[in-house]
Amino acid sequence: MSASWTQKRDRFGGLGVYTVIYLAFIYGPVLVLPIFSFNDSIYVAFPLKGFTFQWYEDMINNPGMLAALMNSLKVGGTVAVLSTILGTLAAKAVTRYRMPGRGPVVGFIMLPLVIPEIIMGIALLVMASTGGIPLSLLTIGVGHMLLCVPFAMVIMISRLEGFDKSLEEAGLDLGETPWCVFWRVTFPLVLPGLVASLMLTFTISFDEFILAFFLAGTDVTLPVFIWSQLRFPQKLPGVLALGATILTVTFIMITFAEWFRQRGDQLRKVS
Amino acid sequence: MSDEHIISIQGVSKEFAGVKAVNDVDLGIRRGEFFSLLGPSGCGKTTLLRMLAGFESPTRGEIFIDEQAMSAIPPHQRPVNMVFQSYAIFPHLDVRGNIAFGMRKSGLSKSEVNARVEEMLEMIKLPGYASRGATQLSGGERQRVALARALIKEPKVLLLDEPLGALDKKLREQMQLELRALQKRVGITFVFVTHDQEEALTMSDRVAVMSKGRVLQVEGPMGLYERPTTRFVADFIGTMNFFGGTVREAANGTASIDAGPLGQVRAATQDEAFTVGAEIVVAIRPEKLRLTFEAPGPAVNVAEGRMGPAAYLGDRSHLYVHLTGRDEPVAVAMQNEGRSAVGIDQTDQPVWLSWADDAIVLLPDE
Repeated sequence: MSASWTQKRDRFGGLGVYTVIYLAFIYGPVLVLPIFSFNDSIYVAFPLKGFTFQWYEDMINNPGMLAALMNSLKVGGTVAVLSTILGTLAAKAVTRYRMPGRGPVVGFIMLPLVIPEIIMGIALLVMASTGGIPLSLLTIGVGHMLLCVPFAMVIMISRLEGFDKSLEEAGLDLGETPWCVFWRVTFPLVLPGLVASLMLTFTISFDEFILAFFLAGTDVTLPVFIWSQLRFPQKLPGVLALGATILTVTFIMITFAEWFRQRGDQLRKVS
Repeated sequence: MSDEHIISIQGVSKEFAGVKAVNDVDLGIRRGEFFSLLGPSGCGKTTLLRMLAGFESPTRGEIFIDEQAMSAIPPHQRPVNMVFQSYAIFPHLDVRGNIAFGMRKSGLSKSEVNARVEEMLEMIKLPGYASRGATQLSGGERQRVALARALIKEPKVLLLDEPLGALDKKLREQMQLELRALQKRVGITFVFVTHDQEEALTMSDRVAVMSKGRVLQVEGPMGLYERPTTRFVADFIGTMNFFGGTVREAANGTASIDAGPLGQVRAATQDEAFTVGAEIVVAIRPEKLRLTFEAPGPAVNVAEGRMGPAAYLGDRSHLYVHLTGRDEPVAVAMQNEGRSAVGIDQTDQPVWLSWADDAIVLLPDE
């Protein structure tokens, strides 16, 4: 029977089992975080002892942790805005104009995507110390910019490449000045890309550890603070509570960014 | 510059990285006419149109629209509007938003603009479409919306960049007639870019044929088809058989030419002056040749040959005839007047071609 082949493929076969195992492997450990963050014991071990909000209270009452969280929000927010602006301008140049050395320039901007972060961390640290630049949130921010600009640029290039140039020309043709055309045509059409870029670059900066570890002065970002807490067993559940909180917020943000991007793609298909 | 010309293109050239896309073009476009720029891709027609819109600026020369020099005027201040090849419908706006896009500075109130939009929708036969999203429109509908969006601005000239290229054949033929009727109704000068010669002939008052950045001939459809002045135009518009020839005699409106495989040819001449002994090109269209299976009476303007391949197209047949001393067969088009097509399945039969004196076009040998 020729039909049985296709039927077999539709049924829950070996690939289905593999998929489930794979997903469990990814998300099982992650789910441990929220589970133990409610567990009434300082030891992260089964069986669960009981339900408590104590670790969330600890988290809120830990000024060092909150300060680190604020630092991360500050750095992440600034990096997201700046790298999205730079990435957008670079993407516009790459997609709209022919210029000498375009290929190599794009290549070098993208290179931080593949350079190991530890190499970049050491390099930046060496540069800061030989240049007499004091380590601070600023140095962390600069390091994060290097990581985030390529991502912003990739997102904006794909956005602008699918963008029919004659849409902007049509705006001019219908009597609008270049500035008004930007606000009435270009901006609404690239907005989904901008939002996606802001969210992605913020997330990258927010949970980045290696560069932040190398480049931090007295003010640390959240990942670095969490790492420092892991030396004290009694602090571990508080870290789990924080981890669970960040996980939830990140999940919501990424879902929103993805939804926004897809909505934009649907719009773009017409043009 | 004469008053009847709304657009005057004077000595315009456009170079891209040393390559002349448009090469020293002089052109006058009359007020209220349907004018086409026709040529193969890369001939410079779109570049010329984009210079009229202001998206490209001439390397040399000047364009006048309604007697005003355009070189210092940016696209958004020119009295022209354009229908783009891709239509460029704004995907984030609905049909009303698209059509009303250019009305922001018109000084009309919102309700007045909406009334104008409704009028335009009526005109393009899409009433009730105002709140449709741009995503929901078919190709033909988008083309109409692009037209309405440009015409609501009441431009002095409407520029159309191959606007029918993306439509299927039936819809394209329908839009050709509609566009032509619309142009006559609104009385706005249309400048229409196309590579489709049939489309240009169907729609235009006058056509400029372009090749390699130059304008070769500007004429009405019939003049262009019946009296091409260059081999390129003769070949590009319709189908043409070409023969090399030598002038034997030229006087009193007729020329006698020795045209090799075609034999002695007598052609009606108009104002052209031909010197005896000059090399020229003899051109004749397939539908102007008569094909018979017996020798016709008078022995002038007749050539004998053998029947070659034939294609039956329903209303007509395309037949090919081999002449002695010529590799390329001669194309002959025949209307299928009866229900048994002439020339089909009659390969290698002896046939005779004959033609009238004024069927021949004489072209300079290039």
